[in-house]
Amino acid sequence: MLNPESSDNQILVISEVSKIYGPIKALQQVTFSVKSGEWLAIMGPSGSGKTTLMNIIGCLDSPSSGQVLLDGLGLDSLSSSELTAIRRESIGLIFQQFHLVSYLTALENVMVAQYYHSLVDEKEALEALENVGLGDRAKHLPRQLSGGEQQRVCIARALINHPKLLLADEPTGNLDETNEALVMDILHSLHARGSTIIVVTHALEVAAHAERTLVLEHGRVASDLKNPARQAHQ
Amino acid sequence: MLSNRSFALRMVLWSLLRRRSRLLVALTGVTIGATVLLGLVSLCYDIPKQLSREFRSYGANLVLVKDQVGGRLSHEDLEAARKALPAERLVGLTPFRYEPVRNNMLPYTAVGTYFDDVKLTSPYWLVTGAYPAEPGQILLGAEVAEATKLQSGQRMTIEGRNTSQERYSKDFTITGTVSTGGVEDAFIYLSLSDMEEMTREPGLIDLVEASLTSEGTSLSHLADLVRNSVPDLEPRLVTRVTRSEETVLTKLTWLVYLVTVVVLTLTMICVTTTMMTVVMERRKEIGLKKALGAENKKVAREFLTEGLMLGILGGLVGSLTGFIFARLVSYSVFGRGLNPEFHLVPITVLVSALVTVIASLWPVKKAMEVEPGLVLKGE
Repeated sequence: MLNPESSDNQILVISEVSKIYGPIKALQQVTFSVKSGEWLAIMGPSGSGKTTLMNIIGCLDSPSSGQVLLDGLGLDSLSSSELTAIRRESIGLIFQQFHLVSYLTALENVMVAQYYHSLVDEKEALEALENVGLGDRAKHLPRQLSGGEQQRVCIARALINHPKLLLADEPTGNLDETNEALVMDILHSLHARGSTIIVVTHALEVAAHAERTLVLEHGRVASDLKNPARQAHQ
Repeated sequence: MLSNRSFALRMVLWSLLRRRSRLLVALTGVTIGATVLLGLVSLCYDIPKQLSREFRSYGANLVLVKDQVGGRLSHEDLEAARKALPAERLVGLTPFRYEPVRNNMLPYTAVGTYFDDVKLTSPYWLVTGAYPAEPGQILLGAEVAEATKLQSGQRMTIEGRNTSQERYSKDFTITGTVSTGGVEDAFIYLSLSDMEEMTREPGLIDLVEASLTSEGTSLSHLADLVRNSVPDLEPRLVTRVTRSEETVLTKLTWLVYLVTVVVLTLTMICVTTTMMTVVMERRKEIGLKKALGAENKKVAREFLTEGLMLGILGGLVGSLTGFIFARLVSYSVFGRGLNPEFHLVPITVLVSALVTVIASLWPVKKAMEVEPGLVLKGE
């Protein structure tokens, strides 16, 4: 299904999306869109539906109703294997818990994403690690890396297949200030090179880096505002 | 450049080697299964050989006679039969010659034989005293000793007529008495050469008892070999012995096969449980891989390859321990070692790998049902 608005450079369009788990309405009639190259922060208190929304955008879950268009393609009618293909081809995921494979080195963790996408390329994977400042830690296992280093491996893995959309769930949630600054720098650098980024966070200081902030409350969009500080900075 | 296949293999190897404690748990299950499998199948192979030798204590299982009624065999017939039978199967071959004799006017049957061969073909003979070792010595059946009241060391005169009706008489020294509870108790035993000298009729044999192990080709086949090599000989199977042997061996072999099947089933349950635990422990990893875009078949292939490697490794280790297990059983039950059947190693590895892969199918199916979103949220 083609999105008439995709020609307006909108990579993601969410139209009246609801997600209901039994009696719980996790999302209710959520509508917004994201332009290509835009940096959006999704904020909200616990239970506001942030993670549910991220799972739907990241093709990890399907909406109960409504329409999701990713680069012009409707996701709501796709089968599980088609959603897997979209995740593989178009989305880079960054997790709060890093989720690295414990028995693989940093380099191999990046190569895992290549392996499931197309072909493994050790040189390219090493370059991706060098880009996040971990060239010398490539042969280390996750347990030998600090939290910040693990998160940077996670970012390198998310970027290795050049996704159209980078989805980060609380990317600095488990990091100290120094590592938080490092990770945000990397995201800034990616954004400067044209990456579309959606960051789900409950931290104002993280959301402040985004161009735009969408606030969810009780599964509904409470506000959708340009970030004045960021606009001024730009 | 590293290929995708090499990388997949590397992932599986690291998953096994860098998670050693988990590997050991799974490997122990597979190895125990392979050990018992190879051990029992080795015993299945060896039990007929071992028991066949044990059965030889019950006496001869093949009797050779002349094919015409009243006909007698010659020493040439005996040697021809010995040549016709495979040496590795032949435990012993004993000639017997029966002659009606008298002692103090009472009739008895004297039997000429070779006592060294008797010890091989009739190890169940209970001899009090000793077997005759010199010319002029005899062994009395228990009933004869009872009737004549003669004992070891005493002398006994045996009289008779040969086929030409010429009279003969000779004194013998008694070396002992034989008791079997059978017809042997009623005979007087002397060496075949003494019998020939006494009767002045050399080269006559009434029957030959053969004791053959029953491993490999059947006894009927061996009987045919003799029949074809010595045309006027009639080989007869001692059915009460051969049938008992066959029945016991068949039942025992089936019992061991049955136990093997039960062990294989238990191994499969054990491996399934272990693999299920492995999958449950790695739900997050499976969820992550699916979140990264892994197709179900790729994740399934990884787990099945892991199962396959576990099966191969467990099969190899189990083959070694299986041989040790079989040897220990063989020593403790039969008092003899067992020759390793090396062709069982690839079979054990193959069966072990197959069992592990089959046992992994259900856990892998469950792994495919893992929802990446739920798992990554920690639910």
